[in-house]
Amino acid sequence: MSGSLADERLAQAGQLRLTWIRFKRHKLAFISLFVIVLFYLVAIFADTLAINDPHATDARRSYIPPQSIVWFDDTGFNPHVSGLTGKRDMKTFKIAYVPDPNRKLKVVLFAHGYSYNLFGLIPTDIHLIGLQTPQPIDGIFFLGTDQLGRDLFSRMMVATRISLSIGLVSVGLSLTLGILLGGVSGLYGGIVDTVIQRIIEVIRSIPTIPLWMGVAAALPNTWSVVQIYFAITLIISLIGWTELARVVRGRFLALREEDFVIAAELVGASQLRIILRHMLPSFLSHIIAAVSLALPAMIISETSLSFLGLGLRPPAISWGILLQDAQNVQVLSGAPWLLCAAIPVVLVILAFNFLGDGLRDAADPYG
Amino acid sequence: MVEFSLLSVRELAVEFRADTGTVRALDSVSLDLRPGRVLGVVGESGCGKSVTARAILRILDRNGSIVAGRVLLDPDTPAETDLSQLDPESQRMRGVRGARVGLIFQEPMSALSMQYTIGNQLIEAIRAHNDPGKAAAREKAIALLGDAGIPRPETRIDAYPFQLSGGLRQRVGIALALAGDPDILIADEPTTALDVTTQAQILTLLRRLQQEKNIALMLITHDMGVIAQMADDVAVMYLGRVVEYAPVGELFHAPRHPYTRALLRSVPDLRATPRQRLATIGGAVPQPNARPTGCPFHPRCPEVIPGRCDAAPPAPIPPGAAGASCFRLEDAA
Amino acid sequence: MLNYIARRLMLAVITCAAISVLTFIIIRLPPGDFVDAYIANLASTGSTVTADQAEAMRHEYGLDRPVIVQYFLWIARVVQGDFGVSMMWRRPVTEVIGDRLWLTMVVSFAALFLTWTIALPIGIYSAVRQYSIGDYIATMLGFMGLAIPNFLLALILMYFGFRYLGLSVGGLFSAEYAQAGWSGAKLWDLAKHVPLPACVLALAGTAQLIRIMRANLLDELRKPYVVTAKAKGIGNLRVILKYPVRAALNPFASSIAYIFPYLVSGSIIVSLVLGLPTVGPLLLQALVAQDMYLAGTIVLLLGLMTVVGTLISDLLLMWIEPRLRLTGRL
Repeated sequence: MSGSLADERLAQAGQLRLTWIRFKRHKLAFISLFVIVLFYLVAIFADTLAINDPHATDARRSYIPPQSIVWFDDTGFNPHVSGLTGKRDMKTFKIAYVPDPNRKLKVVLFAHGYSYNLFGLIPTDIHLIGLQTPQPIDGIFFLGTDQLGRDLFSRMMVATRISLSIGLVSVGLSLTLGILLGGVSGLYGGIVDTVIQRIIEVIRSIPTIPLWMGVAAALPNTWSVVQIYFAITLIISLIGWTELARVVRGRFLALREEDFVIAAELVGASQLRIILRHMLPSFLSHIIAAVSLALPAMIISETSLSFLGLGLRPPAISWGILLQDAQNVQVLSGAPWLLCAAIPVVLVILAFNFLGDGLRDAADPYG
Repeated sequence: MVEFSLLSVRELAVEFRADTGTVRALDSVSLDLRPGRVLGVVGESGCGKSVTARAILRILDRNGSIVAGRVLLDPDTPAETDLSQLDPESQRMRGVRGARVGLIFQEPMSALSMQYTIGNQLIEAIRAHNDPGKAAAREKAIALLGDAGIPRPETRIDAYPFQLSGGLRQRVGIALALAGDPDILIADEPTTALDVTTQAQILTLLRRLQQEKNIALMLITHDMGVIAQMADDVAVMYLGRVVEYAPVGELFHAPRHPYTRALLRSVPDLRATPRQRLATIGGAVPQPNARPTGCPFHPRCPEVIPGRCDAAPPAPIPPGAAGASCFRLEDAA
Repeated sequence: MLNYIARRLMLAVITCAAISVLTFIIIRLPPGDFVDAYIANLASTGSTVTADQAEAMRHEYGLDRPVIVQYFLWIARVVQGDFGVSMMWRRPVTEVIGDRLWLTMVVSFAALFLTWTIALPIGIYSAVRQYSIGDYIATMLGFMGLAIPNFLLALILMYFGFRYLGLSVGGLFSAEYAQAGWSGAKLWDLAKHVPLPACVLALAGTAQLIRIMRANLLDELRKPYVVTAKAKGIGNLRVILKYPVRAALNPFASSIAYIFPYLVSGSIIVSLVLGLPTVGPLLLQALVAQDMYLAGTIVLLLGLMTVVGTLISDLLLMWIEPRLRLTGRL
């Protein structure tokens, strides 16, 4: 009977495999996994997907509204965007852009644009889409430009890199701290456990944003982008480890009483072997779930700090920095497209939450 | 001997919807609860004993429903009511719960809410039917606790469940079941979670109260010893079916069904020779979603007739009669 | 019970101490000390300070003593209500903060209240009608609430308010009351302005609480005591409200302890976007200008606020949980 065969396969599957089988039933979580993979692919190929140099400023391109590609004209299939002529309105001092019907800028695949290093190694200037004959002033602005005339779409592509990686690095640091302290706490119990638990409680009751703001504001102005990046990562992860430590400790406490762990102890397996061989595999899936729930919090933290101007500083590009430009109503009412930078933030956080939820259910179907 | 029945279950079938499809938890179950008599329902875990109790009270989980059969309260009287036809939330059904049929639970630990005093929970049950007023209800609650053998009931009434021992908590559970003066009592494994001495005390108490109040008691258990001590009639259940139904003497001295015989063999015997191995039933209870075709017991049955027992299930026992549901018996008849 | 209260009070005191140490570290983090900053500040207005004067000032503030001594000197002053002088404003820090602290509390508590009143009924509904359309909607809204950082929501609301309704949705007072002294009319004006920022702030917390309530209640609904209560013959709704909801309230109450710091955190960033006269914008200004006594004081006061919030949630928990009250543990 096929039913019993499937049952047998389930019975023999390891914890991780079981989790994966249950996880696949969770449709929303499964879709979210794809979305996240897509986001990380964008981060890897950000420069290829970008159209215009994300750092190139040009006062003549300030606040261009979003454009779209015109696919057909009287010659048939001819993907192009219109060239723009800007005229400053002398009353409002805003530049109004009108499409110039005589200048059709042909859009092609694998166009040459600004130079960059693919994977940080291979120098190239190929971009997925671009203008056939790029001029400094022209460009394709799917999502418009900011005050300094920088292309928002290209900047958003490049921003995924920092915003997504800072989450990963912070979670990595948090996880190390969390497993270490949570593990020690759960394994030894007693006084050690009490002290670590109290520390966690204290940290959790401190409002995080003012604290981060205080520490972040104290970072010297002279630091490079990379230094600031790691400092911010460290600040975020120093707070974020408590939840992970809590999960790890809880699992350790539960597992310590399990028969198979006691059995391994009685057989005389070493402490380290018990942890690595017996305990770790059975709570790995819990940790994966906790991580995917911790990631969005880290991403929000970075975005918030950068939004306040206390996180990463330009010329670094992250979602928070892009949103910083959209901080006040006057700017927004003139250039509402700047809010587009919020879309990937919401999407990725949503996806991580669904994923984490699905993983948690899969890891521990009984709560 | 009273022959009329207070509650008759007739060919009851219950199904649960699950992700993997529907699961039939009860199939053609018929039982009779008679005043002053104890019906023991025995079987391994998962055989549908508790589902029967919940189906009678219409408190099945949301994914469960009665798909066939009747639950007749006061059968063959002008007041006959088929509980399976009532809306579980209706006033009439609520009037049955507590006031006609009381329920005693297996887990004295979790069957009481830890947030309220036992008095609060008991008085609520008393006032749910024929509310005598607050003060009188409290008096009655103290009396009930005393009846249930709780020392110093007038102070214990204000205790929280977590302040009582397991045995005392089960006595509270009994008082709670009796709060609405029911004439039918369903006790779902009332002593399983207790230690042996407490078990005996609780069973004695149950027996005494049942006799005093002439209650029809349905006692669910997996323990043949409890059956021998308490029951007048016995229904043996296996995988949602009643496989044998008989007065207790007949069941122990002349078991009809192979499953009953296997159950009886697996009871430790004081007269056994030392080092004699306890008999066990081969195999395990199948998963409810992998229910065998034919007689549900045939994969484990020592007396299986190949080609017959695995084809179609044997006929259920006729309602109200003693007998067993087995092809061997059909053949003998 | 006293044992429990004593333990929670101890923890509160330890937390306060930890917060004060962190605050002190923050105050001392920027290079140079208060006197350096003060001199630089004076120099920008044209005055100069001699080296002797600087030394005298350092001595007066105890800046020439070891760090630990400095910490205790600072704490001693703080306990007496002397938080130092704001360099940016050239006024005592307490004067600069003024009403802003109370307004922060008003906004945060309003958000907490809102979080509760929304999350409780929706959470109950979601659990009792699991997998109904309403449950799906609530769950979806919950996820949206989690995914939209509250400053973003503030931005979006402000944009739409401005664009389509012509409103400026920011601030806590109408223009005519902003500078006026406290009066009944001003209070009423405040009451009219609080709901919007409170809603913005409450969104994420509400989403979280709905999920907690739903999960807890789903667990509780499966427990045998629910069947016991149903078997008594009382109505379903009454059973649910009296027993499982009550039991599920317990983790709900303790969740305040971590929702509150979160709300206080959020209030800072939301205040910035919506231009609320809370301590948030002041903190940012102070940090950017490295006005460390002002910044440190705000961090300290916000920290203390959350400690008080946590204590309240502990006491609440004790009130609703007889086992905790009678045995000191759960």
